[in-house]
Amino acid sequence: MDIYLLEAVIDGILLGGVLALLALGLNLIFGVIDVVWIAYADIVMCGMYAVYWLYAGFGWPLLLACAVAIAGVAALGVLVHILIIAPILSSAPINQLLATGGLLFFLQSFATLLFGTDFRNLGIRLPIIELGEIYISTARLLAFSIALIGAIALYFFLKRTFIGTAIRAIAQDRDIVGLMGVDQRRIYIATSAIGGALAGLASCLLVLQYDVHPFIGNTFGPLIFMICVLGGLGDMIGGFVAAFIISQIISIVGYYSNTELAYVLAFALFIALMFVRPRGIFVR
Amino acid sequence: MNARHATLLAGLAILLCLPYFTPTYFLHLLIQVLIWSFIFTAWSMMGRFGFVSLGHGAFMGVGAYVPALLWNYYDVTPWAGIPLGVMLSALLALVIGYPCFRFRVVGHYFALVTLALSQVVMLSIVAARDITGGSLGFTPRAAGHSWYALQFPEKSYFYFIALVLWLGGLAVWGWIDRGIGREALDAISEDEEAASAIGIDVMREKLRVTVISAALTALGGAIYGQYFMYLNPETVSGISVSLQIVFAAIVGGMYDMLGPTVGALVTISLNEGLRVGFGTHFIGAANTIYGILLILCIIFMPRGIVGTLQTMNMPRSPTKPVPTE
Repeated sequence: MDIYLLEAVIDGILLGGVLALLALGLNLIFGVIDVVWIAYADIVMCGMYAVYWLYAGFGWPLLLACAVAIAGVAALGVLVHILIIAPILSSAPINQLLATGGLLFFLQSFATLLFGTDFRNLGIRLPIIELGEIYISTARLLAFSIALIGAIALYFFLKRTFIGTAIRAIAQDRDIVGLMGVDQRRIYIATSAIGGALAGLASCLLVLQYDVHPFIGNTFGPLIFMICVLGGLGDMIGGFVAAFIISQIISIVGYYSNTELAYVLAFALFIALMFVRPRGIFVR
Repeated sequence: MNARHATLLAGLAILLCLPYFTPTYFLHLLIQVLIWSFIFTAWSMMGRFGFVSLGHGAFMGVGAYVPALLWNYYDVTPWAGIPLGVMLSALLALVIGYPCFRFRVVGHYFALVTLALSQVVMLSIVAARDITGGSLGFTPRAAGHSWYALQFPEKSYFYFIALVLWLGGLAVWGWIDRGIGREALDAISEDEEAASAIGIDVMREKLRVTVISAALTALGGAIYGQYFMYLNPETVSGISVSLQIVFAAIVGGMYDMLGPTVGALVTISLNEGLRVGFGTHFIGAANTIYGILLILCIIFMPRGIVGTLQTMNMPRSPTKPVPTE
């Protein structure tokens, strides 16, 4: 096997970890609240700016900056739910999707207004690991491992805690859960906070690898929706697997030709799969 | 009825006389408003029935790039290139629409599939950078004042072209509105299963309105390209222009004939006013305010400006419910 191809495959796996984390957050919100946050990737962008300013701007330690950014993005998630989603919870789902689309415009242009369109990076260069002839970026390996830990933590949270159980129950049947004495409003807010926190965690991992700019959400935002839908909106394990399939396609096709073509192929495959398996590839 | 006809005629007369005493800058704005109104109207032809497409950037991109590429590389006149682009767009709509409707891809899923389509077209244009110039954009070869090339340095020519285009768009809207298909589509948007149970050919009705909407959007894109003489994958295709189309139509009101036009008027004058007001010091200020307005509009008046005004005027008129899914 070609050594560079192997490198591309490994790169794809590492990229898949972060995408899977983002898909998990979006899926959680969709499964529980039944809303697609079109602006999810732009909320990640806010987190990346938060880490950037706290670390590079104010000189805070990186870990503290990340912790504050995660908390901040979680709070932003709650705010989005209370201000935008809650008032229109009973209207057509497509209206909710479009309202968060308005949020996308707002966040992108507000970031442009505050920070300009410059590309900014933390200025941290993590070492490259050499494994024989293969080079692996530490930043990506770190991002992959933390994303996995985050996903596992979420799994146990949903399985072992009361709120987690209530969240899973509400995703299954939102009418009955109310009769069981669970307060829907509080569960929705908790879900938005967790979805936000996952976006915050992803933003800390992404800011180590990529420059942040106001429109960075446009590059991976559509990708996350594809992953969620491919895995079946609301199906977390499906989304997790789909993240790796998509990231492999992008990585391998990108290796043989160019990145844009890889994305074209990923989106085209998504469209085709939607016709074959409209409710997700893993739905029985 | 006579009073209404008189108002319509007076309005038309004013529109026809406008280029003779309007400063060039305002004429430029008016042309933009007319072209975008046409595109927003085309989108609303589907949107009003609850088929929310986020893929109209794809149709606009195909419509804009095909005639421009043919003109530059093969000297094909836009008179042939534009119909070809429109036809390709209609074909694209058919290829995407048929399986979508066949497999009941609706609501969120339809929005996301069409979103992927607009990304496919945009990224293909960027990927073919040797031919299209990629992200740097593409400039059709200038030919001065020429009917053959459909290029006119004088703005008044394009004003009339855009005016005819816009009136044509409204005429198509009226044709769909009066036709039997409209009742069928209303029924489909309420309940697809029930509509098909009473004998409506759901597939045919949906495909027809989708193809018309896509073809008109492509035509709008082509005229946009001919007027601006500069195409950029980000401004004529992809997620941002798709969302821009959807939002303007919603703000104006997608259930009424003049709603999308009001949407274009409001969004373009807002954008232009804020740009002139803030200057270049506050890049992004315009869209920040725009974004907030959008969210407020969707929360507080889902029927848009025109729809809300109408319900206020006629409080007891039966209002059409917001489509579910």
